[in-house]
Amino acid sequence: MKAVLMGCGRVGAQLADMLDAEGHEVTVLDIDALSFKRLSSTFGGTALIGNGIDQEALKRAGIERADVFVAVTQGDNRNIMAAQIAKHIFNVPRVICRIYDPLRQEIYEMLGIEALSPTTVFAQLLKDKIGGKG
Amino acid sequence: MYIIIIGGGRVGYYLAKALLGEGHEVLIVEKNARFCELITEEMGSVCYNGDGCEAAVLADIGTNRADMFVAVTGEDEDNLVACQVAKFKFKVPCTVARVRNPQNEALFRKLGIDVPVSATTIILEAIAKEVPTHPLTHLMTVTDRGLEVVDVKIPPAAPTIGKEIRSLYLPHETKLVLIIPKEDKPVLPTGDTILHAGDQIIALIPREQEDELRATLTGV
Repeated sequence: MKAVLMGCGRVGAQLADMLDAEGHEVTVLDIDALSFKRLSSTFGGTALIGNGIDQEALKRAGIERADVFVAVTQGDNRNIMAAQIAKHIFNVPRVICRIYDPLRQEIYEMLGIEALSPTTVFAQLLKDKIGGKG
Repeated sequence: MYIIIIGGGRVGYYLAKALLGEGHEVLIVEKNARFCELITEEMGSVCYNGDGCEAAVLADIGTNRADMFVAVTGEDEDNLVACQVAKFKFKVPCTVARVRNPQNEALFRKLGIDVPVSATTIILEAIAKEVPTHPLTHLMTVTDRGLEVVDVKIPPAAPTIGKEIRSLYLPHETKLVLIIPKEDKPVLPTGDTILHAGDQIIALIPREQEDELRATLTGV
């Protein structure tokens, strides 16, 4: 499987390492070269400087051959825009995007973008840990 | 009309001023509290301090009754998302987004934005009109039909010079509307019309056939 990840923060880097370790072809994009330091020393995929909301950068990352695209930068709107480019311009079969704002996440789920809100997921996780279930 | 403007930078500021002058109800949404104060000092309470991409903010300012929603922040992704939220959640009938990267004009249209506006594209077109040798310029867009009205000039060395229109392999859906010869009177083109150097051709074509039409007529 070929995966293109946008954003090499803690989540992006960890996911890139995990997919790479499983033998997948991984390309990770970030606008900051320093962010690639987060990748493990054994990472065998490609790290590319570029902005995922730029179609040229996505092409360089091989998005046209990608099976999955994941947008995990710090900016909700950047993730949303990149996910829509991947889905509607490059027809990537599976597109997942992180949206911190739960309201925006709901709207884009409705528009057919597979979106995860860490805010909602983590709040639920904490609540379950505390054990507030009736 | 009730018009919401996202982004109180220079574009938003002058836009609001002009629209207020025309008697519209205008509200600017601006993240930066200081910008908001400056606008309020000058224009009265027409500025809301908040993030125009947040659904809660848009609910608060009555976006569901807005006639038009204009996003003119400096970031393409913010303008896209603000307009999409306005359009798909609050059903605003007309959304306008500023785009910085001209490539995003087509993308935004595809993603549901009614009117994407690229300053770069507008300037390029103005330049093209001023440069007499430029073979194709846009005159008008029929947005909902995906059609363009264009003006093609036949350059001196074009392979079509001296040929009848019926002998040309024009793109399938091209309609040649008018030919304005350099010196003679304008004519409505027929199959027998012969092209001359310097002819100006007004044509109606689907957007994606533009390059093909230009290549066929001018050889460039």
